[in-house]
Amino acid sequence: MKAAEAMVKYLEQEGIKVVFGYPGAAVCPFYDFLSKSNIRHILVRHEQHAGHEANGYARITNKPAVCIATSGPGAINLITAIATAYADSVPMVIITGQVSREQIGRDVFQEADVIGAAEPFVKHSFLVKDVQSLPDVFKKAFYLAGTGRKGPVLIDVPIDIQEAEIEYSYPETVSMRAYKPSSKGNSLQVKRVAAAIAESKKPLICVGGGIIAADACEEVYALAEKADIPIVTTMMGKGAISGYDERCFGMLGMHGVSSANKAVTDCDLLILIGARVGDRAVRSPVFLAKTTKIIHIDIDPAEIGKNITVDIPLVGDSKIILNQLLEVVEEKTHIEWIEHLRTFRKTPSFTQAETGYINPKEFISKLSDAAGENTIYVADVGQNQIWSSNFFRVKKGRFLTSGGMGTMGYSVPCAIGAKLASEDSNVIAVCGDGAFQMSMMELATIKQHNIPIKIVVMTNKRLGMVRELQTKLYEDNQVAVSLEGSPDFIKIAKAYDIPAFRVTNMETAQEAIDKLVRNDGEPLLVECMVSPLESTL
Amino acid sequence: MKRTISILVENHAGVLSRISGLFSRRGFNIDSLAVGVTDDPSISRITIVADGNEYTLEQLEKQLNKLIEVIKVKTLSKDELLARELMLVKLSATPEKRSEITTIVDVMGAKIIDLSLTTMTLEISNTNFHLARFEELIKPYGIIEMVRTGTIAIQKGADSISIKK
Repeated sequence: MKAAEAMVKYLEQEGIKVVFGYPGAAVCPFYDFLSKSNIRHILVRHEQHAGHEANGYARITNKPAVCIATSGPGAINLITAIATAYADSVPMVIITGQVSREQIGRDVFQEADVIGAAEPFVKHSFLVKDVQSLPDVFKKAFYLAGTGRKGPVLIDVPIDIQEAEIEYSYPETVSMRAYKPSSKGNSLQVKRVAAAIAESKKPLICVGGGIIAADACEEVYALAEKADIPIVTTMMGKGAISGYDERCFGMLGMHGVSSANKAVTDCDLLILIGARVGDRAVRSPVFLAKTTKIIHIDIDPAEIGKNITVDIPLVGDSKIILNQLLEVVEEKTHIEWIEHLRTFRKTPSFTQAETGYINPKEFISKLSDAAGENTIYVADVGQNQIWSSNFFRVKKGRFLTSGGMGTMGYSVPCAIGAKLASEDSNVIAVCGDGAFQMSMMELATIKQHNIPIKIVVMTNKRLGMVRELQTKLYEDNQVAVSLEGSPDFIKIAKAYDIPAFRVTNMETAQEAIDKLVRNDGEPLLVECMVSPLESTL
Repeated sequence: MKRTISILVENHAGVLSRISGLFSRRGFNIDSLAVGVTDDPSISRITIVADGNEYTLEQLEKQLNKLIEVIKVKTLSKDELLARELMLVKLSATPEKRSEITTIVDVMGAKIIDLSLTTMTLEISNTNFHLARFEELIKPYGIIEMVRTGTIAIQKGADSISIKK
């Protein structure tokens, strides 16, 4: 059979049901056979969004998701999405068409070295030069993307390879001598961790996105219960524990809540699990390491000691390690310590917004309370990301956002992918009017493929976070942050035949929230008018 | 602090670019880099001399290990390694200077590999330090052209950097 047909069969073998992409000449042979399979293809309106949609799909299924683009500009348009997935360790397999082998290096039409361009942002990449290597390349790509520290893997397939004949076979297993992801934690280190927990009077667990990737949320909670340890999360770890749980003290960091930050400063033992101590999470790791005993559990050895000096490192899969720990950690209580932290918990009070505007924090807080248990909430980037992080509390669902890369325009495409991965969940994307205009064209994708997501656009006619930065640090010299000239988003949505309405006060806000939380199979866009002077914190 | 790092990698196209890319991306400075195939044709060995503090070098080793095609990384300490660099140098040498130069060549353990009416071409293989001294000695005669490889290194004694077959 043609290699293009075999490629489709490899995807079927990997259990792929949905792919996201945008065709072009160099990937046409593959599309030809894709159309003859049961795999659903979602045609996006820009390649970057194919990447973000696969990202959302992968984060919900926790398995590698696939996106496709053609050679040259198509492939290059994917780079931001690849970098976004890499920064958040999201498993993806990216398939790009390439010009034929004998044309590579001659600067022919739509030729670009995507392998070279994407190199800093992929876990690994393959340029297929020999058709016989194709089955092995696909098997390895899925294996690499979905094991160890997950991440994007790129396969660049020249068109003449796609057209070549190949005998169909697909390897059952894969073995790579240079890739052996660690799984079990060193038992001596596990004992040291248990001893440190036994000794500690004020322990604290900080969970990152790694806990969700390792599917270890239950285990981390069991450990916290057994040794009576409070939990804080990073932005990527949000949702690993319910935001309504008594044990959860919120998100830490520069934009975090005071209870979480107080917990980090006051604890005597900080157990970091699947968290890389990013600069926005821990501002002065040097200072923290001096006063606090640090345990760092991570699947990636390179993360240990990278951003913070660690007392007890423990490398491995956090689900396995937590089970190891559960066997040796003794039951304890820390009533006083947790009581102490409770005093820093604030019941939010919201100020009344000026006429014509709503208070976005209050809106999100109300949306949070009203949202169904399994809601998937996708926050974009900017002020809205912080409002969302601090006021949307996950129940049993998920909180998705571009944590590491901070990619604007992520929320709408990510929500599309998440919805396709979990049709029973209500999926709400919340973005600002800046980010929305970076992915607005995906309304067509929503309409064409009937993907009923809910979208909230927080319109302040500003790039709010940059505006705030300019106000604070550049003597309020507001440069290039005004979004005057933006279209009427209600009219835009209606042009796509998507129901939409505008919210300008808290009464209509309640009505909007009632509609947003309904998983009724209908897409909806709600525009919330927000004061340009609204602050992040 | 200068360190010599030996890296065993899959002998694939593009591996070197991944490694050099990693160095520049993470801000690690390379003093020299040498690459060649090993006795196992599927494996190449890269020797890098890099500069950096303890933290940088630890990070460098870990980041290298993350590359899928990197099989093994080992930083060699100064006391346990035998290091060599190769230098080829074309020197301006009229017939009357030849014997003087030949003396230097003999003492320093170099070789004369080519002659012309006006030039001599020399070859020397030794440590980076020794090569620097040699260069100093021949410089007054007029260096026309000089080529050096990067450092390659191997461990002293019976220890080896190889993978279990």
